[in-house]
Amino acid sequence: MSASNTLSIAPSLADVGGPAQPLITARDLTCHFPVRSGTFAPKKVVRAVDGIDFTIRKGETLGVVGESGCGKSTTARLLIGLVPVTGGKIIYDGQELGADLSLRNLRRGVQMVFQDSFASLNPRLTIEETIAFGPKVNGVPQAEALAIARDLLDRIGLDPARFAGRYPHELSGGQRQRVNIGRALAMRPRLLILDEAVSALDKSVEAQVLNLLDDLRRDFDLTYMFISHDLNVVRFISDRLMVMYLGEIVEVGPAEALYHKQAHPYTAALFAAMPSMDPDARTQVPPLAGDPPNPIDPPSGCRFHTRCPQASAVCGMTRPKVTTLGPGHQVACHLHDPNSGHPEATT
Amino acid sequence: MTALVEIEDLTVRFSGERTVHAINGVSLSVAKGEVLALLGESGSGKSVTLKSIMQLLPGRRTQIGGRIRFDGRDVLALKGRALADFRGRDVAMIFQDPSLALDPVYSIGTQIAETVIRHEGVSRVAARSRALDMLKRVRIPSAERRLDNYPHEMSGGMRQRAMIALALACGPRLLLADEPTTALDATVQMQVLLLLRELQQEMDMSVIFVTHDIGVAVEIADRVAVMYAGTIVETGTISQIIKDPRHPYTKGLLAANLHGAVKGSRLDAIPGAPPTLEEPPTSCPFAPRCPSALPVCREARPPLVNRGPGRAVACVLEQEPAI
Ligand SMILES: Nc1ncnc2c1ncn2[C@@H]1O[C@H](COP(=O)(O)OP(=O)(O)OP(=O)(O)O)[C@@H](O)[C@H]1O
Ligand SMILES: Nc1ncnc2c1ncn2[C@@H]1O[C@H](COP(=O)(O)OP(=O)(O)OP(=O)(O)O)[C@@H](O)[C@H]1O
Ligand code: SF4
Ligand SMILES: [Mg+2]
Ligand SMILES: [Mg+2]
Repeated sequence: MSASNTLSIAPSLADVGGPAQPLITARDLTCHFPVRSGTFAPKKVVRAVDGIDFTIRKGETLGVVGESGCGKSTTARLLIGLVPVTGGKIIYDGQELGADLSLRNLRRGVQMVFQDSFASLNPRLTIEETIAFGPKVNGVPQAEALAIARDLLDRIGLDPARFAGRYPHELSGGQRQRVNIGRALAMRPRLLILDEAVSALDKSVEAQVLNLLDDLRRDFDLTYMFISHDLNVVRFISDRLMVMYLGEIVEVGPAEALYHKQAHPYTAALFAAMPSMDPDARTQVPPLAGDPPNPIDPPSGCRFHTRCPQASAVCGMTRPKVTTLGPGHQVACHLHDPNSGHPEATT
Repeated sequence: MTALVEIEDLTVRFSGERTVHAINGVSLSVAKGEVLALLGESGSGKSVTLKSIMQLLPGRRTQIGGRIRFDGRDVLALKGRALADFRGRDVAMIFQDPSLALDPVYSIGTQIAETVIRHEGVSRVAARSRALDMLKRVRIPSAERRLDNYPHEMSGGMRQRAMIALALACGPRLLLADEPTTALDATVQMQVLLLLRELQQEMDMSVIFVTHDIGVAVEIADRVAVMYAGTIVETGTISQIIKDPRHPYTKGLLAANLHGAVKGSRLDAIPGAPPTLEEPPTSCPFAPRCPSALPVCREARPPLVNRGPGRAVACVLEQEPAI
């Protein structure tokens, strides 16, 4: 398949630091949204993303999971500059956003596909025009842009002879999501962020799109950040997993290892909530009680302590340190920090 | 087991700008106290089947054929007051989006109490205490205080539980659940599924639970009916469906489920897309996508053939006599 890679535009931002340099490094990345509760009420903020550190390596797929509202989409939006950074740094291939790299250039290297396949397509453009639009805006001549679009249609499994002239409403949900992927690829990004991109699709269509993503990653040398609430999907696609809770990262590690053994009690609850797939061994106990706390006024210490089955006194008082458990496996929980003072902490 | 609901050869056709043959001869029965999952992909006719039982389809543009019986009564013939009593007292429905069931301008307590008064004619005080009892049963924390909450003052999971409390307030014998957990987080989804399972047993209710997620069906259902293109292609107990799927579509659905699929493997995706249903199917509706299709599959629609009690498959490959 990669032999037919005839696209004339090179990746929009050439490699700078070589394979060992992470494509993305986030340092103390923070995004607070101001909220208005009344004219005289004190100013408050939603701590959507609250000081997170992570890297995305070149060529890997980083899966991002966590409860609704924990800050997954906001993290993604920060990486493509759709929401302003409140604090911290984004470093793209060694170049710091705002210092060595402009927002405009960052956006050429990072593209995003969203859940709602319909809302993100212009209903008045044929799908060929939709895919050609980005390159054209960036100065690629019309004929060449259309050639790129047709080549991409072919790659995403939509025969250009049949589909090029169709409008979004003439496509199924799975086909529309393919077009969204094609449109993002036309910009030749190096990082493609998929935010619940397969969540609205039927299972059989989802499998088609996941197979496609796997092919494209190899053919186009892509790096993926894959956000999903479906742990089966995340396990299938990810090299590493990042688990978020209430604006923070609670655990990061190799996907397969995390799938088999979770270190953080929240990660454990998340995995325990997966349906059992065995009618003779149905889930008996809810994996997690209660509702998520308010991100405007998050709990002190470990933010999970209000719902954690293993919380002790220290958890409500002190923020847990990040402990390294194995190669690339980190967790922020007092249980894993021998010096935390948690009575059940590993020694 | 006696059937509480019996659907016989149901057909539903929508006319209008575009004709859709949404249901094409569905026969089903649900026993007292049984949980049946309707499993199928988008557009397969799951919601329309539930709405037919509730008579919630737009009257003028819908042609309905076949019979639906509830405890021996002809549901499709119910009108006016009898229909209003049937909905809410005998049968209740819950949805993916609680805003379809909850009124934003009344508190949760008021909405539940009003429903109880309407169907049972009890006093305001009695109705309010029932509302409180229901909020406790669906395990809404500090139920007394929550009685006066409006829907928007609750989290998604709590709203879903409030909707369940409203639906179950008059002790319906049949609950129709249309993907009530699809929009929820994995952890909240599991909480709500466990709650529904518990209430179903306590109240000895029958449930038809619509889902496209086989994992959810495993957690909640006794029996499963798999739908495709407005037809039932396979029925069986949940164990039979999971461990011994017979219809190629059911097999494809299970293979595409990804459960346990590890990185680097290839997913067995079903190629193609379901039919558009502008015409009713005259051959096996799955034939164009089926890896085992034979010429005969395109000649006539394979009937749903019994393969044991409660087990049936609509596929030519299954039509030799059972051994
Ligand atoms: N533009 C905004 N203004 C104010 N608050 C916002 C805004 N965008 C997001 N939030 C809040 O920030 C928090 C994180 O939201 P975010 O969309 O990142 O969560 P998520 O993890 O993607 O959730 P989901 O799984 O539901 O998509 C939430 O509390 C959300 O309500
Ligand atoms: N009121 C209506 N008018 C016209 N067509 C309709 C109407 N309601 C449903 N349909 C069509 O009937 C078919 C079956 O729809 P139904 O809502 O039952 O699907 P479903 O199995 O519930 O799918 P989903 O998983 O997407 O909810 C679809 O093709 C749908 O477009
Ligand atoms: S730090 Fe304490 S409260 Fe937080 S997850 Fe670990 S044990 Fe639970
Ligand atoms: Mg999101
Ligand atoms: Mg539906």
